Amino acid sequence: MFDWKWEFAWEILPRLVVATGNTLLAAGAGYAIALVLGLFLAIAQRSPSRALTFVVRELVEFIRSTPLLLQIFFVFYVGPQFGIRLSPWMSGMIAIGLHYACYLSEVYRGGIDSVPKGQWEAAIALNMTTLQKYCRVIIPQAIPSALSGMGNYLVGIFKDTPMLSVIGVAELIHTANAIGSEHYRFLEPYTMVGILFLAISLPAAGLIRLMEGRVRRKMGLK
Amino acid sequence: MNIFDFVAQYWPRLLAGTGMTVAQFFLATLLGVTVALVMGLMKLSPNRLVRATAVTYIEIFRGTSLLVQLYWIFFVLPLFGVSIDKFTAGYVAVGMNIGAYGAELVRGGILSVPKGQWEAALAINMSPAQRMRRVILPQALVNMLPPWGNLMIELLKGTALVSLISVADLMFETKQINGSTFLSAQAFGAALVTYYILARFMVTPFMRWLEAYMARKMGRA
Repeated sequence: MFDWKWEFAWEILPRLVVATGNTLLAAGAGYAIALVLGLFLAIAQRSPSRALTFVVRELVEFIRSTPLLLQIFFVFYVGPQFGIRLSPWMSGMIAIGLHYACYLSEVYRGGIDSVPKGQWEAAIALNMTTLQKYCRVIIPQAIPSALSGMGNYLVGIFKDTPMLSVIGVAELIHTANAIGSEHYRFLEPYTMVGILFLAISLPAAGLIRLMEGRVRRKMGLK
Repeated sequence: MNIFDFVAQYWPRLLAGTGMTVAQFFLATLLGVTVALVMGLMKLSPNRLVRATAVTYIEIFRGTSLLVQLYWIFFVLPLFGVSIDKFTAGYVAVGMNIGAYGAELVRGGILSVPKGQWEAALAINMSPAQRMRRVILPQALVNMLPPWGNLMIELLKGTALVSLISVADLMFETKQINGSTFLSAQAFGAALVTYYILARFMVTPFMRWLEAYMARKMGRA
């Protein structure tokens, strides 16, 4: 290839591998937040209180239709204006976690809606509390149909972590930028970042499909 | 300074930025839809080489992130002698990225057209191009429009990334204003609301209208 320097590529590989670790950590932590928060957002939209349902619904729509990049800046810069200082990691995780929580809440909502009405009635008939009803009856049955969406967003959050570079989280793109400006060479770092992303996201997508099939079989669905 | 004073003072720059965002959005849509159609059709081709090309394209653009693609197109392509200005690099990256996602929708839409339609077109002796243009694609289009609505929102959000290669879009202007005034809540808040208005009151209603219009045209209303 044009001017591709293998020695340089080898030299920067260790730094990029460390950065890959950070990217995975950011994706994992963000996803964990999104998984939990998303569930609350989904259940809140089924609450008997019309006001709560409305507010949560609009909030989810708002966050889903505005750019994540802007939300990251918002969380990072608006806090200090009111005396709340957040580290780049902290604000990054809040922004990306909240953004994906909204996506996941839609996935959960679809899953919850797919649970037959008889199951809800049966849970009420057995005199279960709301908590028991969700934990023991509804959510376990909602998860299988939500799995494929959940998997897609896991890969999605991984691919969105480069945006965290703008507030200084030392993930892949941030490291590649730093390497590029130290050595005035952008070909190798950016190309390697692209390859690293492919090398992770393609197998991950395959693995997720495989797991999805297994969970579905375990739950006794085709 | 409250948000109204802020907007009253900075509206020319916010408006200019919004204009750039809209321009990037339209150009990226044009490119994205074209790429999606070509790649979606190529993925259904009987020729293995053509199919492999489409699969490679789709997997590369869906497997890496938009920001990586944008930086690669803007910073690395010039090293291969292909220099493009930031404005073009911006919508090209966003359009090519969305095109890869759209290709899957096109493929799905075409496959969802009932088999009888293909056979009927064959029976009345249409050429493959006629069959695709007159019979299959119009029906596929109606089937795939609803997921395209979501994709258009993703596209709009994707255009915010072009600010990172200094295209003066809404995101970029907002960041500049924030940098010189430190009115973060007002600046980013105004931008969030603007993006929301574009998505919720322009893109989504247009896609709904298009869905209804196409369905009517196809006699399915």
